Amino acid sequence: MAVTDAPKMITSRFGRDDAHTLAGYEASGGYQALRKALSMTPEQVHTQVKEASLLGRGGAGFPAGVKWGFCPDGVWPRYIVVNGDESEPGTYKDRMLMERDPHQLIEGVLIAAYAVGCAQAFLYVRGEMALAQERIAAALNEAYAAGYVGKSILGSDFSVDVVLHWGAGAYIVGEETALIESLEGNRGMPRLKPPFFPAAKGLYMQPTIVNNVETLSNVPWIITHGGEAYAGFGAEGSKGTRMFAVSGHVKNPGVYEVEFGVTTFRDLIYAPVYGGGIRSDRQLKAFIPGGASAPWFYEEHLDLPLEKVAVDKAGSMLGSGAVVVMDETTDAVKACLNVVRFFAHESCGKCTPCREGTTWLERILSRIDDGYGRSSDLALLMDVCDNISPGIAWPPKQTTICPLGPSAVSPISSALQRFRPEFEAKVAAATKARADAVAVAVDVRTAVPHG
Amino acid sequence: MAEDTTVDAAPDVVDDGVAVTIDGTEVRARKGELLIDAAERHGVYIPRFCYHERMRPVGMCRMCIVEVDTGRGPSLQPSCMLECTPDMVVDTTSEVTRKAQEGVLEFLLVNHPLDCPVCDKGGECPLQDQTMSNGPGESRYIEQKRHLEKPIPISDLVLLDRERCILCDRCTRFASEVAGDPLIHFLHRGNHTEVNTFPDEPFASYFSGNTVQICPVGALTATSYRFKARPWDLTQTESTCQSCSVGCRVAVQASRNEVLRILGVDVDPVNWGWLCDKGRFDFEAINSDERLAAPLVRQGDELAPAGWAQALRQAADALSGALDSGGPVSIGVLGGARLTNEDAYAWTRFAKGVLGTDNCDAQLGDGLPPEVVLGLPRATIDEVCRPGGTVVVVGPDPKEELPVLFLRLRHAVVEAGATLIEVAPARSGISDYATVTLTHRPGEVAEVVRALVGETGQSSDLGGADASAVGRARALLDQADGDVCVVLGRPSVAESADFVTDAASVLQRALPGARFLSALRRSNVHGALDMGLAPGLLPGRVRLEDSGAEFAEAWGAVPATVGLDAHGMLTAAAEGRLSVLVLLGADPLADFPDRHLAERALATVPTIVASDLFLTESSARAHVVLPAAGFAECEGTTTNLEGRVSVLGQKVTPPGTARSDWMIAAELARLMGHDLGLESPAAIWDEICTLAPSHRGVTTDLLRSTDSDAGVLVPLEREEPAPADVDSTDGVAAEDVAEAAVDQAAADDTLEAQAAEAEGVAAAAEQVAAEEAGELAEEAAADGPVEDGAEEAVASRGPATLRFDGIPAVTLAPRDAYSLRLVATRKLYDQGTGVQQSAQLAPLAPGSVLRLNRYDFERLGVEEGSVVRVASARGALRVPVVVDAGVPRGAAAVYVNQPGLAATSLVDAAAAVTEVRVETGIDS
Repeated sequence: MAVTDAPKMITSRFGRDDAHTLAGYEASGGYQALRKALSMTPEQVHTQVKEASLLGRGGAGFPAGVKWGFCPDGVWPRYIVVNGDESEPGTYKDRMLMERDPHQLIEGVLIAAYAVGCAQAFLYVRGEMALAQERIAAALNEAYAAGYVGKSILGSDFSVDVVLHWGAGAYIVGEETALIESLEGNRGMPRLKPPFFPAAKGLYMQPTIVNNVETLSNVPWIITHGGEAYAGFGAEGSKGTRMFAVSGHVKNPGVYEVEFGVTTFRDLIYAPVYGGGIRSDRQLKAFIPGGASAPWFYEEHLDLPLEKVAVDKAGSMLGSGAVVVMDETTDAVKACLNVVRFFAHESCGKCTPCREGTTWLERILSRIDDGYGRSSDLALLMDVCDNISPGIAWPPKQTTICPLGPSAVSPISSALQRFRPEFEAKVAAATKARADAVAVAVDVRTAVPHG
Repeated sequence: MAEDTTVDAAPDVVDDGVAVTIDGTEVRARKGELLIDAAERHGVYIPRFCYHERMRPVGMCRMCIVEVDTGRGPSLQPSCMLECTPDMVVDTTSEVTRKAQEGVLEFLLVNHPLDCPVCDKGGECPLQDQTMSNGPGESRYIEQKRHLEKPIPISDLVLLDRERCILCDRCTRFASEVAGDPLIHFLHRGNHTEVNTFPDEPFASYFSGNTVQICPVGALTATSYRFKARPWDLTQTESTCQSCSVGCRVAVQASRNEVLRILGVDVDPVNWGWLCDKGRFDFEAINSDERLAAPLVRQGDELAPAGWAQALRQAADALSGALDSGGPVSIGVLGGARLTNEDAYAWTRFAKGVLGTDNCDAQLGDGLPPEVVLGLPRATIDEVCRPGGTVVVVGPDPKEELPVLFLRLRHAVVEAGATLIEVAPARSGISDYATVTLTHRPGEVAEVVRALVGETGQSSDLGGADASAVGRARALLDQADGDVCVVLGRPSVAESADFVTDAASVLQRALPGARFLSALRRSNVHGALDMGLAPGLLPGRVRLEDSGAEFAEAWGAVPATVGLDAHGMLTAAAEGRLSVLVLLGADPLADFPDRHLAERALATVPTIVASDLFLTESSARAHVVLPAAGFAECEGTTTNLEGRVSVLGQKVTPPGTARSDWMIAAELARLMGHDLGLESPAAIWDEICTLAPSHRGVTTDLLRSTDSDAGVLVPLEREEPAPADVDSTDGVAAEDVAEAAVDQAAADDTLEAQAAEAEGVAAAAEQVAAEEAGELAEEAAADGPVEDGAEEAVASRGPATLRFDGIPAVTLAPRDAYSLRLVATRKLYDQGTGVQQSAQLAPLAPGSVLRLNRYDFERLGVEEGSVVRVASARGALRVPVVVDAGVPRGAAAVYVNQPGLAATSLVDAAAAVTEVRVETGIDS
């Protein structure tokens, strides 16, 4: 069963051309949730979100309501920061939300700020997303003018400013502490946790809640319909709906909002309303279930429900909601190299294992792919991986500061485990080519007369 | 913990710590202590690159990751970021730890060039050492390494080889966190990350050399040391830097009798391992070809080399002749602030005990009266920089004159919540860290200080300071937690020292508990004053009039009358009243505030005898020049601005026949028929300890004991642990002295002072505890039995041998509306021989322009940078003029002793302030 009757909670306005304007948003029920929230106490709002069991949509899947409760009592000011630096390869759901329904995000931010007690919110949008920046900027201007943002919102004694910040284009800034550093005007490099857990020591060393765009976009629906209603959808460990970005070798790449736990990967990839099957009806070779950092899934995982607990148990993650499909014609070594090259390029350079290790991995893979591999390289690959992510387990351990380094390990361990013969074949061919080349060279030398 | 509040409370008692298990052994870590420190303190060294105990940890290099179990199973954690928590179990040798550390080292070596054989760091390289101890043995990396131009200069003094850099962030953190000069940064990203400067913005920090010392690889090298030696060829001795009076401890390293490098030594009370670039790099002057290596005697217009016998005989004859014709008062001894304590003592004894002249001054009219320096309650650097404390700076720019004190003050403000109030004639290097900077008109510092402490009525115009700023500063003083400390010095040589003395009187009166840290800059000026090289003083911070009898007994004679100071001597010389002027490393033409007077004095005095390292402008005019041994060439002791005596090390021999000043003094005495009986610096020190009241008990054994690495504060404080081998008589002597102080305090009926003292000690205790126990200490001090501590506190401070009792307010005529008042301040790099004789530093002297407030500048109606004529009653100069918002209205600021501008030729040392007129329209 591919399609459930769950309502579209966050993509309901994707059909409207004017959804990004205040008029279009208000016409479709916008800012009613904010009015309702302001009629409740902050604690009541917080309770609704907790009851909804809203999981974070950025990748780690941490319950938002729990996170909101982490701010230490009595420490002010505290901030809310929206992570709109969506840059995991294959992921483009937040971009859609920001471009098509910016007011929904702003409303979610306002409600969250009200619940947590923030007088200032920061919207950090990835540098490359020009349209999203424009739309949010325009929406913020409208919302300020209409009295939804700023001083004494809607006549209440609740005031909050929302600051829009444009990133400069770095994947690492999607990591919350690196985002905070960037927001403070520093190089986007992660801080160490401990001691710099944002909820305690975040932006300007104050308590800070960092939430993903999609996470906060769910909040208006939750307040309008109640946390209980929200929790009525989805699966045991994953409530509500979730946006998945399907890309790669499918007929209909796109972003789809589906109900958690009911829909399966098979539905998402093959159902006509979603991915529509693999291009040219080829066979599936592998798919990445939750962004480039996630270990790969294969044919046997197709019937897993889109739901956190089951996917975690199977050894990967739903992560950022990016499903990347590879068909049978995909070269596993090249695919692996492609992903690792991304992480090597995006390593911030702060900690040694990631800065040096990811580039080394890329070079070894590149060598293998170029026909210069050695038989010892496969063991070397795995050992370098082990020095970045000891044990190469899932969920990963790390010698690094943040999970970027281990992210480069996932594709290698997946591909080497599943498609080892492809690696071995390239190495064997290289070994033979070298041997032949030496033989030719020897012939040439002996053919030259002495004297 | 409320009981442990006296000064005797050991920090370890206050904090019983947490139990952690490291490699199977249970140890006690201090509360909040980082695992890497706790492990090291208990003998387990965890390898590290980015971690440095004097900077905030960042956990970047990942070398120090170890397996830690905090109850949720073992996991790899960076030990430099992890505070010890109860029952933490740490395994620094487990297979997982070992593999992770080997992995990190292999990663670090991936792009490291391994050019150890030609790298200056080879042999003392943490990367090399830790590769041997914790590394994988060989690399599996076969790809091309990173290639970058090597090396590139990032400043005039430091080169950067980015290929060797392991991106540990030490230098960059030092620049931004410690020095406050964020001029080097990470550039680019990931594997392309590099340290570099921004284009056209070199790492022009006064502290850049520290990055070379803390670099854990050979990426940063100093121009002066590059390719000069291998570490295993160097021998070293510890000493105390003699570039200024902060007294940073250093390691002097030499090879084949040549000093090749100075490194900072980390001592808690003083420099924390840091040095300024002047102190680090001016050792090149030691090896300068210009050093005097043989005596010179004047033959007509020429100075010709001579033997010591001839030169000393000539000097002794001149002195004898002067005694015969004009008596002791016809002889003056100027300088001596850069000698060792022993040298200074020997000259004092020669001048006052043999020649019988009290015309002695270690200062050159650019300092403060000795009773102010020695007679105010003195503060240590630690007291001044007390966490959460309040400090008032009335003095020179510490960044320019006492750079490492600047680092300590900056740290206190930025990292430890101290409040700094600055009173200065122009904004300075510390202004950015001051909560309030009050700029005063030249000559009106005391007016500002009166306003600051609330002694001024409404009518005053506050000495030119902004009224609201004064109000804010006063509020800060009112809110001060504990006693205030004052850094006191002479901010500008273009105004009389009386104004600062007046300001000190006001502060002492209004803030009874205040302690003062002298900001006089010459390396051993405080030691020279302690040794009596000033008019009216005798060794041990006593007055000639009070202690003359004792010294006459010991020395045979003392001067009959109080003599002249530098200004008096030069005036006397200019007026033909001096027959012989002895210059002890003094260059009055360069350093005396009034160049014309110095010129006339040197031109008029019949005989000049100079002991010096170089032929300076002044010593070149001498009739007898005696080559002296300098820093690293002689043994002895020195005294820093706190009154901390430390041991100087000899590492090399002096050039040619140059010898220590004490030998010169003793030899001159012998030639004049007096055997001073001074045989060695150690013997001289013994005599000082016996005779000088303030120095009783500070024996050579105490100075050389390992507990005294940082030096010993004189007078001895009772709470300082005395080493076991100090004999009992010394102890008794110290106690006698201490009791005398109690008696005197009681006799003076200064109960308030006692209470204030007690607070001071409570504050000191708070600080000691704070280092160990953080906020807990505050509670402790608040609960402290202050009354009980009072007597002990007074005793612990030793004898109030010389006391400053304040002076009446100094008045100043109103400013002529057409004139500006001159502000003449110093820069770190100037025309001094230490800088000029060091090839790397000499070009860094910036020269000087005339700096004016925009208001005054615009009245001139000229372009910025155009040359104007500055004229005073004394003289005139032509100098480019620029706008400087840090200079207050009505003032005109210049730097003294800079190439191209003889700023002191404008100053009349007899005038209270120097009024100048700025004239435009001159021919350019």
